[in-house]
Amino acid sequence: MDFGPFFLLAAMEGAVGAAVLAVTALGLSLVFGVMRVVNVAHGEFYMLGAVIAWWVTSLLGVHPALGFLAALIVSPLIVGAIAGAAERLVLTRIHYDPEATIVATIGMLYIIQQAVLMTYGPDARPVQPPFDFRIQLPWFGYSGYKLFVILAAALLMLAVWWGLTRTRVGLMMRATQFDRETARAFAIPVDTVYGGVFAVGAMLAALGAVLVTPIQQAHYLMGHDPLLLSFIVVIIGGLGSLRGTVLAAVIIGMSDGIISVFFSPTLAKIIATLAVAFVLVWRPQGLFGERPA
Amino acid sequence: MSGVLALLGGPRSAALHLGLIAVLAVLQFVLAEYHHIAMSRILVLACFAIGFNIAFGYTGLLSLGHALFFGAGMYGAGLAAQFLAVAGPGAFLIGLAAAIATTLIAGAIALRTAGVSFMIVTLMFAQAGYLTVYYFGAYTRGDEGFVVDATMRTLFGLALNDATVRYWIALALFAVCLVGALAVARSGLGRVLVAIRENEERARMLGYDVYRYKLTALVISGAMAGAAGAAYGLLFGYVGASFASIQYSILPLLWVLMGGAGVVLGPFLGTLAMFYLIDLTSGVTTAYLLVVGLALIALILFFPKGILGTLREKLGARGASWLP
Amino acid sequence: MAALDAQATADAKAPVLLRTQGLTRRFGGLTAVDSVDFALPEGEIRALIGPNGAGKTTFVSLLSGRIRPSAGRVEFDGRDVTQLKAHARVARGIAYTFQITSIFKAMSARENVMLAAQRRLTQGLLGPSEERLRAEADAALARVGLGSRADEPAGALSYGHQRLLEVAMGLGLAPRLLILDEPTQGLSDEEIAAFIDLVRDIARQSTVLLIEHNMQVVMGLADRITVLDRGAILAEGPPDAIRADEAVQRAYLGG
Repeated sequence: MDFGPFFLLAAMEGAVGAAVLAVTALGLSLVFGVMRVVNVAHGEFYMLGAVIAWWVTSLLGVHPALGFLAALIVSPLIVGAIAGAAERLVLTRIHYDPEATIVATIGMLYIIQQAVLMTYGPDARPVQPPFDFRIQLPWFGYSGYKLFVILAAALLMLAVWWGLTRTRVGLMMRATQFDRETARAFAIPVDTVYGGVFAVGAMLAALGAVLVTPIQQAHYLMGHDPLLLSFIVVIIGGLGSLRGTVLAAVIIGMSDGIISVFFSPTLAKIIATLAVAFVLVWRPQGLFGERPA
Repeated sequence: MSGVLALLGGPRSAALHLGLIAVLAVLQFVLAEYHHIAMSRILVLACFAIGFNIAFGYTGLLSLGHALFFGAGMYGAGLAAQFLAVAGPGAFLIGLAAAIATTLIAGAIALRTAGVSFMIVTLMFAQAGYLTVYYFGAYTRGDEGFVVDATMRTLFGLALNDATVRYWIALALFAVCLVGALAVARSGLGRVLVAIRENEERARMLGYDVYRYKLTALVISGAMAGAAGAAYGLLFGYVGASFASIQYSILPLLWVLMGGAGVVLGPFLGTLAMFYLIDLTSGVTTAYLLVVGLALIALILFFPKGILGTLREKLGARGASWLP
Repeated sequence: MAALDAQATADAKAPVLLRTQGLTRRFGGLTAVDSVDFALPEGEIRALIGPNGAGKTTFVSLLSGRIRPSAGRVEFDGRDVTQLKAHARVARGIAYTFQITSIFKAMSARENVMLAAQRRLTQGLLGPSEERLRAEADAALARVGLGSRADEPAGALSYGHQRLLEVAMGLGLAPRLLILDEPTQGLSDEEIAAFIDLVRDIARQSTVLLIEHNMQVVMGLADRITVLDRGAILAEGPPDAIRADEAVQRAYLGG
């Protein structure tokens, strides 16, 4: 293949990665933004989403499109319920202390991961794509499902944006984010908002994972990379800034895809992780965030 | 003599800590082979935890990247032995130097942040270090790792693959780290570190260069972690990427939390307890990380001070004289 | 005002310990400290007063180095210390006691003061002996009247005693300039009377700069008073002159 088409292919692969990453990272960003805690178990909620998607589709045994649709609904609901329960049982009791929360979510990470290993096993299992449709470009054919992923991710993000800015629940979330105590004084049920946000954050991770399962197989260790990349995105984009998160997801997802095609993926990851550290040290508001007054 | 006693934290503390070292020395003649080897490992890993405790327990620096320092020690020593044909003590010193240099650089940068940012920056540094091991897979053999040649694993003519030699060396390193930690905790330096943990701004306004003290604590901590890493590689003859993975940043945190953060003896007890807890449950499940996860959450929820931290609190003033 | 200026010239015999020139600090659009020229002669007890939000705490934070200035300079003992960080200024002899009690609650009262003395007595890598430190700490505690409470955890002391412990920590530093930020806030009348005696005692060795709301304390203690209003010096002079100054009365005393 010539360089031009090859680059186009790399860019398209990058765009698919960026779309899934944006949805996943948005969940992490939302949790950090509103609750001011870092959820290290975020990648495991993603993995759980994928595994449940496989479980739902194989259990139903219906047409792939129907199975996928069912997974798209059931998987986030189950993951959200688990995350909500974890928040009630653990995070509320340590009063969202930032350091204790990180330790506790590391604990959750291991528990979820190992519980899946013990039940689902160490195998990687695929989910059938809902439709088989290839777009034939002059140089290569491209999976229509992957383009659907980009579209679905964009719609999801629009929905989140709408929910945050145009609904009463979104208003409560933003008020809580702005000032927890004042929000409480205005009779906003802060505890419920926290539980809800933690669940929604995990659900976004699960949604990203369901979208990815027809491309990438469900495996109990698959949460590692999305966690790392989400971290990178959320920090580069500015902690808690949703717009920055989406922007950073697109840039990092695209460049990760493109760099991985041309360079050693290990080197790309080393550079990315170091970049995160340096951004946190020298520009803690992120590359796209405003410097606080 | 009174100086030595003060260094060890007074008569009670000296009796307890020196007594433990003596008991461990005698214990090796009693232990069955399996536990004999296990105890050698625990003693070396406890040095890692003791180092972690200096940063986390005493100074309040919660690092999620200590695998970087442990790994720097291990790979420094292992690669020197494997490719430069440096044997025993030389390889150990190279590992130690690598760990100190790594801590100095990573610490100098990471300490410009605090709290959650510090945790993430250290996590990222350690991740970059872990990936570096893979990047130089031609030498390190990545995940698979490499076995350090037995001819390089000698100390003054003694073969390190002999179980008794190994136990003595592990115990000697442990004794040095334990007494070192005790001396730090009981010294003026230790008092300043605790002051920084308790109220950083006040410490600064008493004229302490907080950044420099934190860096000092981190370097001592990293040196102990590196010494443990180097010793582990040389004593047990295997160097692999998993020892530089995030898991080895979490484990010392778990050991310290379990034994008691800010208690000199806490890390050893935590390492011991966790080792046998995992050992016991391994009969039930191979997913030993499940135990790690459950232990982390249980400790954070119900025993944030750990075993010895809780005990010291219960004993009041007497507790502090036994357990500095 | 002319009378005050004449007075200032007459008193300027002692060498100046602390001087600021054009010291300014802006927070966003707000100028908290506005081009302040200030001089404090050695050995004086100076009170800094002014209405809430006048910029008093910001001003002393600039002196102690907790905040960096937007413009201007700070001189201490004839040397420019503007670029020095807070801990380095403490080492030069500027001590600051916090407005909101800031102590090491889990440590004993003695250890709190030992920490202060330890910094002063540490030369290079060598710290002082524990015996020496304990003696220094116990002496400072005795001076503020906490001698019998040295072994108690600082967090268990009463509020008034915690304020005194703050002062003892300041004494442990043996500073040349002791900055006290509202030290009598929340103290009983009896405690205040004892406190006035204590500051007089301290002033025999150190220069004292005192932010204070309690006028009885100010008038009873200060050699001179500086009145800050909206980030600038409104007036400066001995207590009687300040009491009589019309501008001060309008701005502050509610006259």
